[in-house]
Amino acid sequence: MPDGSYAHPQQRQFNPYTENGGTILAIAGADFTVIAGDTRQSEGYSIQTRYAPKVFRLTDRAVLAVNGFAADGNMFVKKVKQRLEWYRHAHAKDMPLRAIARLIQTMLYAQRFFPYYVYNILGGIEEDGSGAVYSFDPVGSYEREACRAAGAAQSLVQPFLDNQIYFKNQQLPPGQTRPLHLSLSDVLSIVIDSFTSATERHIEVGDGLEIYVVLAKGRGPQGLEAVRGAQELTTNAEGDRVFIVRRELKKD
Amino acid sequence: MYRNTYDSDNTVFSPQGRLHQVEYALEAVKQGSAAVGLRSKTHAILLALKRSTGELASYQQKMYRIDDHVGIAIAGLTSDARVLSNFMRQQAMSSRMVFNRPIPVNRLVSSIADKAQVNTQEYGRRPYGVGFLVIGQDKTGPHLYEFAPSGNSYEYYAMSIGARSQSAKTYLEKHFESFADCTLEDLIRHGLHALRESLQQDKELTINNTSIGIAGPASVHEKDVPAGGSFRILEGEPVEVFLKSMVPKETAEAQAAEAPAAEAPPDGAAPAQAGDQDVSMAE
Amino acid sequence: MDHFPTSWGRPRTEAYDAYNTFPLHQRPNPGHKDAFAEGVQRTQQPIVTGTSVLGILYKDGIMLVADTLASYGSLARFKSIQRLHPVGSSTVIGASGDMSDFQYLQTLLEELIIEEFAEADKHELGPAEIHEYLSRIMYGRRSKMNPLWNSLLVAGKKDGKRFLAYVDLLGTTYSASTIATGYGAYIALPLLRTAVEGKEDTLTEEEARKILEDAMRVLFYRDARSLDKYQIAIVNDEGVTISEPKKIETEWGFAEGIRGYGAQIQ
Repeated sequence: MPDGSYAHPQQRQFNPYTENGGTILAIAGADFTVIAGDTRQSEGYSIQTRYAPKVFRLTDRAVLAVNGFAADGNMFVKKVKQRLEWYRHAHAKDMPLRAIARLIQTMLYAQRFFPYYVYNILGGIEEDGSGAVYSFDPVGSYEREACRAAGAAQSLVQPFLDNQIYFKNQQLPPGQTRPLHLSLSDVLSIVIDSFTSATERHIEVGDGLEIYVVLAKGRGPQGLEAVRGAQELTTNAEGDRVFIVRRELKKD
Repeated sequence: MYRNTYDSDNTVFSPQGRLHQVEYALEAVKQGSAAVGLRSKTHAILLALKRSTGELASYQQKMYRIDDHVGIAIAGLTSDARVLSNFMRQQAMSSRMVFNRPIPVNRLVSSIADKAQVNTQEYGRRPYGVGFLVIGQDKTGPHLYEFAPSGNSYEYYAMSIGARSQSAKTYLEKHFESFADCTLEDLIRHGLHALRESLQQDKELTINNTSIGIAGPASVHEKDVPAGGSFRILEGEPVEVFLKSMVPKETAEAQAAEAPAAEAPPDGAAPAQAGDQDVSMAE
Repeated sequence: MDHFPTSWGRPRTEAYDAYNTFPLHQRPNPGHKDAFAEGVQRTQQPIVTGTSVLGILYKDGIMLVADTLASYGSLARFKSIQRLHPVGSSTVIGASGDMSDFQYLQTLLEELIIEEFAEADKHELGPAEIHEYLSRIMYGRRSKMNPLWNSLLVAGKKDGKRFLAYVDLLGTTYSASTIATGYGAYIALPLLRTAVEGKEDTLTEEEARKILEDAMRVLFYRDARSLDKYQIAIVNDEGVTISEPKKIETEWGFAEGIRGYGAQIQ
């Protein structure tokens, strides 16, 4: 930082980045995926708005959560959506999830020397009908995982997920094995608990919660019927389906 | 062979004040199979006749989606259509990128008309060999436009382009006043009747050779259409229910004969021109 | 720009001066006449600045308020600058930050509105479209590391829908029922949120005006770069109206009793 002295040369430069807080998270099940994010947008100690979505539906089977510098995030989502539209024009179908993941990697890496300052989590259903989560760093490194948290409260939420999803540090009773996949209702409870807890302990998390649920083709809505206010976003009940669930979070 | 002195360069007027290359380009449109467009208060629709080069070949693509709210039907050179439709898609995307607004349909049509006009004036270029019917909906409602390689674009209640389209036009001219208040199903039926007029004697509309493009709310026969009714193309099995709704031609003609001012037979209405026949183009 | 006064107002090359009508030899070598010309000049900091802009939703539309001061550092340089600007027939923007960058944006928007008007096809750019456009401009410039140094509010009402959103020099955007830029985000926004949130659909024009005037008074008491002269912009179904400049009623009597600052000894 410049200190106002003339004794030595100093560089003054415009900083093109900022951090806008918030947290995102995604968990893959056997035949579903849940992608969620809070809706607070902040800069420093100021809450700019209580509702700025960070999670976006891309296709009937892909949902993208974007966290970090909001302006980069919104622009990135816009560009991904336009690339998907061109794919639709060329192939008359939606791009498969793993192809979207690779697309996002190339788009991020193209900006390697002036990166989009965003952490992406892509969730949805693969062509084989399995739930999938892909997580990215700002310059495009990515991998497929079962679950991932990112953003301001990543350090609070990820250990919780490691414990609850991967059963890390849990001693199971003898003879009992851990389930390979959790049920949708269990996953939804874990997601909501993650965000209420992050809201308690992190000042940049809160206000509202948006949870996207992507169900594989042919899978019934079991686990979702009991959920209050689940709203379907897709129009084709025969294909993969996307639902959204909204919850309030504390606003202090 | 017959040769015209003023037709080798499209930037040169003939002594009659005509640009022959431009007029030949309009002929290229008439080589393509017919497309019909109609508009009601709630919908704009396209119907097109797809050609196949033979039993073993697939049917050509006649309709393209440009954006959620716009689609086109083409007649003429498919390769030129691809270039132009790509340009339209770019324009539509750019409007969404810069203003987050679906591009107004008239501006989209003007943009390709301007592009086509340049080719009628600059040295060393050739006009596009394709015509479009463009349908779409925006804040000012549903629209139907015709685009021609001459750089002209007009809005219509109903229009047809392509081979033997004069017969379809005759049908549309006779009925267009009723289109405004039509249901979507009635509008499609009128469209199919008009398209049928452009068929050769022994041909008929089937689920294989008919495309239907719709902008506007869903029909009772459609499933999974998003609210707002974004542009969609019906081909194959979904077309059948609409084909079945058509009134057989003999019955329709009998009804027409009963009417006092009967139209001339559709085939007679088409001017006898060399370029207006149902010939398949070399791609 | 060319920093040598001797070349001002003269043709730039010999090609335009075949008859040597002015003494070329007296001028510096035209090939390298400007030491700055080869470097790119970018805004590193704002120069003449406006302070906070406040915006709230109310029953019939949106209200923006800004004072009329443009400061040069701590100098109150221009005291009658308009920082609220109508764009088209249903939108108004308010700017804080660099005033020259803002006036450049005004010319851009003016161009845009003329082009749109010339289409004459019943399509018109509303507040949402203007905001998107501004966001593209602001984000584009920050991505060139050459930002337009502003925080802007875009407000409007079109097709019965109210719109209030923010965009700044980084391209950051958001929408809310109450927004304040600059110092106002710390001082005025808490007051506005208490007064407006949950009452967006019931507040009358008079109530909304009172809320903003009170907030401006608090800002004038506490923001050293503010002025007690302000304008209010209202967008409702009738369109955009920007008021004449008005004075903030202030009360400084209490200052007499304050001890512990300045020259007082006791």
